[in-house]
Amino acid sequence: MSLNQLTISAARDALRKGEVTSVEITESCLSAIDGADALNAYCAKTPEIALAQAKAADARIKAGDAPAMCGIPLGIKDLFCTKGVATQAASKILAGFKPEYESTVTQNLWDAGAVMLGKVSMDEFAMGSSTETACYGPAVNPWKIDDRQLTPGGSSGGSAAAVAADLCLAATGTDTGGSIRQPAAFTGIVGIKPTYGRVSRWGVVAFASSLDQAGPMTKTVRDAAIMLGAMASVDPKDSTSVEIPVPDFEAALTGDIRGKKIGIPREYRIEGMPEEIGKLWDEGTAMLRDAGAEIVEISLPHTKYALPAYYVIAPAEASSNLARYDGVRYGYRAKLGAGDGIVEMYEKTRAEGFGPEVQRRIMIGTYVLSAGFYDAYYNRARRVRALIKRDFDQVFAAGVDAILTPATPSSAFGLGEMADASPVEMYLNDVFTVTVNLAGLPGISVPVGLDAKGLPMGLQLIGRPWGEGDLLNHALVLERAAGFTHKPSKWW
Amino acid sequence: MLDHLSYKTPEPKVIAGAKADWELVIGMEVHAQVSSNAKLFSGASTGFGAEPNSHVAFVDAAMPGMLPVINEFCIAQAVKTGLGLKAAINLRSAFDRKNYFYPDLPQGYQISQLYHPIVGEGEILVDMGPGVARKVRIERIHLEQDAGKSIHDMDPTMSFVDLNRTGVALMEIVSRPDIRGPEEAAAYVVKLRQILRYLGTCDGNMQNGNLRCDVNVSVCRPGQYEKYQETQDFSHLGTRCELKNMNSMRFIQAAIDYEARRQIAILEDGGVVVQETRLYDPDKNETRSMRSKEEAHDYRYFPCPDLLPLEIEQGWVDGIAAAMPELPDEKKARFVDALGLSEYDASVLTAEVENADYFEAVVAVCDDGKLAANWVINELFGRLKKDGAEIDASPMSPAQLGGIITLIKSGDISGKIAKDLFEIVYTEGGDPAEIVTARGMKQVTDLGAIEAAVDKIIAESPAEVEKAKANPKLVGWFVGQVIKASGGKANPAAVKEIVAQKLGI
Repeated sequence: MSLNQLTISAARDALRKGEVTSVEITESCLSAIDGADALNAYCAKTPEIALAQAKAADARIKAGDAPAMCGIPLGIKDLFCTKGVATQAASKILAGFKPEYESTVTQNLWDAGAVMLGKVSMDEFAMGSSTETACYGPAVNPWKIDDRQLTPGGSSGGSAAAVAADLCLAATGTDTGGSIRQPAAFTGIVGIKPTYGRVSRWGVVAFASSLDQAGPMTKTVRDAAIMLGAMASVDPKDSTSVEIPVPDFEAALTGDIRGKKIGIPREYRIEGMPEEIGKLWDEGTAMLRDAGAEIVEISLPHTKYALPAYYVIAPAEASSNLARYDGVRYGYRAKLGAGDGIVEMYEKTRAEGFGPEVQRRIMIGTYVLSAGFYDAYYNRARRVRALIKRDFDQVFAAGVDAILTPATPSSAFGLGEMADASPVEMYLNDVFTVTVNLAGLPGISVPVGLDAKGLPMGLQLIGRPWGEGDLLNHALVLERAAGFTHKPSKWW
Repeated sequence: MLDHLSYKTPEPKVIAGAKADWELVIGMEVHAQVSSNAKLFSGASTGFGAEPNSHVAFVDAAMPGMLPVINEFCIAQAVKTGLGLKAAINLRSAFDRKNYFYPDLPQGYQISQLYHPIVGEGEILVDMGPGVARKVRIERIHLEQDAGKSIHDMDPTMSFVDLNRTGVALMEIVSRPDIRGPEEAAAYVVKLRQILRYLGTCDGNMQNGNLRCDVNVSVCRPGQYEKYQETQDFSHLGTRCELKNMNSMRFIQAAIDYEARRQIAILEDGGVVVQETRLYDPDKNETRSMRSKEEAHDYRYFPCPDLLPLEIEQGWVDGIAAAMPELPDEKKARFVDALGLSEYDASVLTAEVENADYFEAVVAVCDDGKLAANWVINELFGRLKKDGAEIDASPMSPAQLGGIITLIKSGDISGKIAKDLFEIVYTEGGDPAEIVTARGMKQVTDLGAIEAAVDKIIAESPAEVEKAKANPKLVGWFVGQVIKASGGKANPAAVKEIVAQKLGI
């Protein structure tokens, strides 16, 4: 096994024992990255930074000052602002932008001794489920069927591809409607979206502020627990950061869920869902039952309104959040013709700088907030959101500890396969995940099996607010029972 | 306290049109910059006159991923303002985004409070002369970010943007349409500015744009306004036009007068007033259409998802209330009641809080409100005006002026000598009592000395003695001669008595 294939926990233990150095692991990752251009996972490589950080980490480890993430090389989603390093949110409109500041999440990671290998690709402004909206071209799933290239999902598709192909030990992701959990499921890795307010949004390029939340994408549940602990913090710079101390998530991993109550929501058994997904769900249910949990059927009656509500609220916020990309202060500015004024500068810059999916969502968001439509769309969607949250509150109040659902309605699809489909078909990828964002809950995707095509499939566990430790423990049980050890065979 | 000063309501301004009489109905939206060292949502400085773009935090420039954090001091200032306007404080308020594109608005939205402002209904008593005042209802006060400044005249082909002002906290103070004439509108701004300056929540500097007004003007036939007041139904009133960004009392009055006459002319011609935003051009003294209702922006307001609703505690509000300074109306009433000032003098002295503070410090030394008021208003203000100086820069301290007045009261110096002393202390400084002693300026009431001086004049002026005996009115000449001989120090009353006695008249 080469060093880039290590998990965080294995690397941590080996580093602490002095069996390996961070520089060695980092070099192994850098060489894997250099050999994986075909996956198009990294949009910016930062080997100098990586090696400098690795050396510093080795010194800290030697000095006995080694937090869990010390010396662990990571891929960083292009949505996180990294000081002095290109940060583009996979959009042409941020071409050439290098922030003068470091996001709270990445700063927390660097403070813990982690190492940045580079920036990983994503859908433009995190809007998409396939990374096909990235201005760098799509990232490619290391899993494939015959010669067909597949999407690693999105929007954190570059993160997922990099982790699944061992181009890093783990990566950061962000999740607004499923952008961590869907790509994790498509690539056979673990991804957790924490409770809204657990992880600071400061320095993360905003998509939909009331839904965005960053989280780790890792090879194992234990790694997710370790890395989430390093990413999370109470941040006075983010007014939506909640003042609840960050617990030791790894300490919650007892592997014991006896007597816990697992809810199976009947509304998630949707029409047209592939049989294999339903079968996987049943198997996962059985695994948790066998581990001593009590299985109960539950109802989340407003589930069917979640996707439409999400696709009103998220674009509404996005249309406002993305207004700042106007060509005035930073990033891309269109070439102007003689006589062009400020209006032409806005129009040309934004028409040339934003891709079609981002433009579509800005248009939708602008429409639903406009006078005369606000109540019919935005306000109604907010009410639906409150009802969805109430559904979950009632289930948890009735004693349910975690909810098990499929993570995605299918396994990974082919790149270009959705090119002619309506945008709504792409949006259906989020059907199981958006409810969690609307309710602000923690959700985790765990790889559980392969489908008939040999592609990974994941299940989602949804936890109580601020109960990430308990949620991760449930995920650990599922991971152990599923025994998912499959890796994509290297073709790149 | 307000009712303590009983007042009459002024008559509304009536404009005679070609065909009929018309009344004005005016509502004001005042944007007052919150006095605070830091901006509403960032730690950047609010200092005026700095190098362009030197007071800009990342969030002010709307850099990607940057987030606003509420400045607690600005909230406290808004609450204090609300309390000063006797308004309801909303313990729960919220911030909304007002979306529009402009280069000096980096975020592409202004964070404001449309749906849930921090301050609710209050009132202002607008003074329109002694015993006359208009009570104007305040509808709301909300907090919002100021925009930056676009500069279009520095280069023929380019525009520049200065973001120093971007994100500075503003209070938008919205009145009900209770103002009934151009003079009242100006007086409303004067009074509001006075209260804000007393509170220390806005410096009221209109030249720097720290206080700007939007004025809503409509006209109606006599009687209609009363119907509105009874029902609060706006359909009794005329269609309004909004005059944007007025920053001088003179322009406010001229613009309202022009605008009212314009609307009257349209209505009397059988036309309809179009609801629109207009700009006042002081050079041409006219208002011009800026944008009509149809062209109005759709601001797409929605709750700002970066900020949770703002919740404040009653105890915190009570703490601010307990530390409130005395406000102009109360101070004026106290000056009239407790210090015996005329309402006019009390108004003059309370117009600016610095003047009132100075005056009170003088009274503390001399313990005579009326004399202190005379000397502060007539002598000190006059002298300062001559120098073009403000009270803050007065070379004479309240203790010095109080000392001069004390010497007058004790009879140590005459009123005439006091004016000389005032000039000496004003220009040279020093302790008034010491100066009087050192320079022999004490009033002479020593009857022996006066008698001797009178005898001398009588002996030297036999012809005048004869004339005075025939015509007692000429006694004044002798008094003048004696006072002149004493260098102005002889007590005039004593001199007159002795002269009369010696001449036997």
